[in-house]
Amino acid sequence: MKGFTSRKAPYLFIAPAIILLSVFSLLPIFVALFISFTDMDLAGLADYSNLSFIGIKNYINVLSDPVFLKAIFNTLFYVVIGVPLVILTSLSVALLINLGKAKVFKVFRVVFYLPSVTNVVAVAVVWAYLYNPAFGLFNYILESMNLSAIPWLTEPTVAKISLILMALWRAVGLNMIIFIAALQGIPRSYYEAAELDGANTWQQITKITLPMLRFAIFFVSITTMIGWLQFFEEPFIMTKGGPLDGTMSAALFIYKNGFQLSNFGYAAAGSFVLFIAVIAVTLVQYKVQNKESDY
Amino acid sequence: MNSNKKDKLFQWIAGIVLTLGGIMFVLPFIWMILSSFKTESEVILIPPTLWPQGFTFENYKNLFENMNFAVYLKNTLIIVLFSFFGMFLNAMAGFGFAKYNFKGKDGIFFMVLATMMIPSQVTMIPVYLILNKLNLTNTMLGIVLPGLVGAFGIFLFRQFMTTIPDEIIEATRLDGASEFRTFVQIILPVSKPILAVQAILAFIGGWNSFLWPLIMANDEKLYTLSVGLSLLKSQYGGNFALQMAGATFMVMPIIIIFIIFQKNIIENYTTSGLK
Repeated sequence: MKGFTSRKAPYLFIAPAIILLSVFSLLPIFVALFISFTDMDLAGLADYSNLSFIGIKNYINVLSDPVFLKAIFNTLFYVVIGVPLVILTSLSVALLINLGKAKVFKVFRVVFYLPSVTNVVAVAVVWAYLYNPAFGLFNYILESMNLSAIPWLTEPTVAKISLILMALWRAVGLNMIIFIAALQGIPRSYYEAAELDGANTWQQITKITLPMLRFAIFFVSITTMIGWLQFFEEPFIMTKGGPLDGTMSAALFIYKNGFQLSNFGYAAAGSFVLFIAVIAVTLVQYKVQNKESDY
Repeated sequence: MNSNKKDKLFQWIAGIVLTLGGIMFVLPFIWMILSSFKTESEVILIPPTLWPQGFTFENYKNLFENMNFAVYLKNTLIIVLFSFFGMFLNAMAGFGFAKYNFKGKDGIFFMVLATMMIPSQVTMIPVYLILNKLNLTNTMLGIVLPGLVGAFGIFLFRQFMTTIPDEIIEATRLDGASEFRTFVQIILPVSKPILAVQAILAFIGGWNSFLWPLIMANDEKLYTLSVGLSLLKSQYGGNFALQMAGATFMVMPIIIIFIIFQKNIIENYTTSGLK
């Protein structure tokens, strides 16, 4: 690198992106931390002299707010049920597609990936219609098979599962692709050696494929878990957090308090609790992963 | 012979399982498209009809004549254009990180990657306050700025551009071209594969943008298709045919683009996603 221009050049190239990222990703963290200790609301927004420091009062209030606790419980429910479901389903689909030899199997990649690229709002609108208790397709199918109708979105626990099913449908595609990519990275010779030793398909999957996929499974479980912790659009469009806050997620709670009730300080405190959870989950997973690879 | 037979049986079972799953996966789309061509009285028939009794375009006409969808479409397309511009900024940053050595490079790049960890729920309130301070709430600029650049895009561009040989860049430098011209005339054309994928992803991202327009726009004049559709859902909850037309209008362009470019998109993840 010679000359003055070329020494300055890299900074000019990265400057626009770095400035935008600093203003809209890094600075906000400090702003959020700051206002989470204040009573920032519409009055505070209009004139900063109306702001006052209230210490950790927001945190105390939010952690004893029954709606927030419910939102945390629901979010854990989404994580605990959703993450294994997503991993199991996308891994099974990936294995089946990868083992298939005919050309048709490439078509399945597209079919299962399709929901991932589509608009979450549009899809939520469609699923709300499918789930409709009176006119929905799902209950019609159940009833025509002489099964009883399911209160898809009207009973708190069932509604959570209904939202999970829809999100699962959207999540399979991308994770399946990640698994397929990882599967194709496993050397053929491993399987050939196992076959010579007389291992059947199932043994090959459990003894070679799954151990070799450890990093992909780790990656998918972390991204999926973070995704579920931020679960927002689906409950926002389909249930508005109801019935009885039964589908309220932590993210939706923050949005509602921030932008519908204008309790910015309070919502910021809630968002920090969520942020700490995201960081904790990532660190724990990372530790577990490191331990496992010690073997 | 025996294992061969077994393998064939397995292939058939895998095919059948995937076909059944695949039908379930496309069923919501098929139902959405067919319902969008039905009349409001037909979509609530019990038992439901699969095929529309008579195809009607009334719902689509309604979206544009009575529902402001033309405005939403215009706003969405403006956002798509901005995401292409954002992609250009990502490419520039990726180039800076890939092909230069400068003070603080590793630290800055680490910081870029760290922003991927920050959930949008944490940033949405402070970003709203920052944009409010800049008098940018309820403006198009305020809607597009927060999501203009992204760490993941910068990362992918950097990965690709490190593989470009230094000799090409040195040669243009000797010809006296400026650094920026080298970037536009040499680097960008060489980076076509990654640009193509990023452009498709930028289009999909812009077309689907929901959270920032929802927060920043107080005014229907600035709504995107996503925000407009969610408004439609809450205002016309019982008009399922109308909702399905709106959803179809949003989803179909993406499905078509995806099917045309699926090879590039899927391969992008295969090569860059996990290495």
